[in-house]
Amino acid sequence: MSLLADIISWALILAGSFFTLAGAFGIIRFPDLYTRMHASGVIDPFGVSLILVGLIVQAGLSLISVKLTILILFLGLTSPVACHALGRAARHRGLKPLLADREKPPSIS
Amino acid sequence: MMFIAATAALILAIALVLARAWMGPTVYDRVLAANTIGTLAVGLMATHGFLIGRPEFLDVALVYALLNVLSTLAILKFFRFGSLGDPEGIEPPPTETSR
Repeated sequence: MSLLADIISWALILAGSFFTLAGAFGIIRFPDLYTRMHASGVIDPFGVSLILVGLIVQAGLSLISVKLTILILFLGLTSPVACHALGRAARHRGLKPLLADREKPPSIS
Repeated sequence: MMFIAATAALILAIALVLARAWMGPTVYDRVLAANTIGTLAVGLMATHGFLIGRPEFLDVALVYALLNVLSTLAILKFFRFGSLGDPEGIEPPPTETSR
């Protein structure tokens, strides 16, 4: 039972770490604000939540897992709100998204 | 061992996002990076508490998760309206670019 819980939490924590690193590389590499918000949406509810679910499996049924569940609920509720407000504020200020040119097809290099 | 791996991944991610906050061209990039660093710090507090065997850090993480979104919304409201909602000081918002 303990071995099974260890394996499950290893898998969840490794998946969460992978998605977190992928989102961080996306934030570094992507060309404009709106695409960076897409990469941040991989980190915010998904990567960190997977790590926290892995910690819940490790902690078992206790007060700690209840606190972790509340934390996952907070993250899932608040980070889309912040992301939406960010995109709306940037669009309202007139920050144009980076779009492809319709006349000239992009050159494949 | 797995807590060490998760902590290392979170610290590396914080370093990368901090680089974006340093070189971000607009203020919104920096706000996005600050929000993401806050979320990553919540995960880092949780895993670090498990790593050193003191899960009481989860209380700090809960408060930090709430303060993070509040600070992000406050900063965005300030940069959008030029004030924090004082009815005397609100300028008319800039021209609507899209609806």
